[in-house]
Amino acid sequence: MTQTISVTINGKPYTHDVEPRLLLIHYLREVVGLTGSHIGCETSLCGACTVEVDGRAIKSCTMFAVQANGASILTVEGLADASGKMHRVQEGFWNEHGLQCGFCTPGMLMVSKQILDRNPSPTETEIREGLDGNLCRCTGYQHIVKAVQAAAKAGV
Amino acid sequence: MIPNTFEYTAPLTLKVALALIGEGGKPLAGGMSLIPMMKLRMAAPEHLVDIGRIAELNYIREAGGELHIGANATHYDVESSPLIVGKCPLLAETAGHIGDIQVRNRGTLGGSVAHADPSADYPAALQALEAKIVLTSATSQRTVAVGDFFIDTFTTSLEPGELVTEVIVPVEAGLTGTSYQKFLQPASGFAIVGVAARIRREAGKITVARIGVTGVSGNSYRALKAEAALVGKAGSDAEIDAAAALVGEGVEAGADLHASAEYRLHLAANYAERAIRVALSRTA
Repeated sequence: MTQTISVTINGKPYTHDVEPRLLLIHYLREVVGLTGSHIGCETSLCGACTVEVDGRAIKSCTMFAVQANGASILTVEGLADASGKMHRVQEGFWNEHGLQCGFCTPGMLMVSKQILDRNPSPTETEIREGLDGNLCRCTGYQHIVKAVQAAAKAGV
Repeated sequence: MIPNTFEYTAPLTLKVALALIGEGGKPLAGGMSLIPMMKLRMAAPEHLVDIGRIAELNYIREAGGELHIGANATHYDVESSPLIVGKCPLLAETAGHIGDIQVRNRGTLGGSVAHADPSADYPAALQALEAKIVLTSATSQRTVAVGDFFIDTFTTSLEPGELVTEVIVPVEAGLTGTSYQKFLQPASGFAIVGVAARIRREAGKITVARIGVTGVSGNSYRALKAEAALVGKAGSDAEIDAAAALVGEGVEAGADLHASAEYRLHLAANYAERAIRVALSRTA
């Protein structure tokens, strides 16, 4: 039996009938068509599916779409502003080569935004702890940390 | 990984939720443990009662020398609440060690406590704090000491129809220092061993010592012998080492692919020593 949910994604309202067992990541990718958020491990370890729900970064493979009913969701597609100007975390990853294959990048960007929203000038240790729930299999952490540091600098 | 089908209800009041739970509905809080188990089909509840929208379970307040924390407080709420950071820093410190940012943003204190994972972080702190757990059903409410609440691996004294609605911890008295020290499994972030120490030192002598341990065996526990060894002592290095060595005394340590029983006990003594040392340094 389906239930009707209404959410706001990247500022746009959506209403859909969904099965309660539909995971938020599948809703975003397959129902709404926003494929920027990736499915990596599906076991809440890799963080590639990270999106913001009401301002909090969460792993969308471990939340049902029905739990997000009424929420405001931000995905990687909504990071740049309406004119296409990239968010400072995107600029940071661009300038510091914070990605190699790019698979983990959407999640890395979303959690980096959360780190900086809560702590505008984190130490390197704080950045590394903040990235704890996101895996990069290209082992590109050094550049990712530099990217977050660059984004922090750009925000000051 | 698609869970089995289920019916989903998201009541806005505790009263409605408790009625549904009384009829056999399975409470869903942050879902950080339940949803992965459902995806693996290790759990297949027929009716999920999402308590996440119940505002009356979302509070952190001080009353009568205690902090009352509603079950829906997330780990992030616990680690960042000025009230908890200021008045019960051990609980805030422990919450900050759980999982990662995304997990702490969703997972709740009540959900974690009810799940009773033997490698969870909170039980060590809650044992050291002598916390109380409030259990509410459609027809009753009772308050249970944490030592009576945690029974075994994934097993608590929750009766069918009951929901964890509140956790009560003490407002820390002056001259008390606390610390949570954890050796984590690097992939999952769970505690292979976690030790929470809570120590009061007055006029150079330890008057109160509480040590909670998680991860070592199937259930969290208080290391009573280690506690007793500290009381009356000044807290010298030798005294700390002697007390820490007792932390696994009489405990049947668990073994899995991450750590043998012998290694767990070794770590327990090691991390107890660290926790006691840091707690003492914070008693001033």
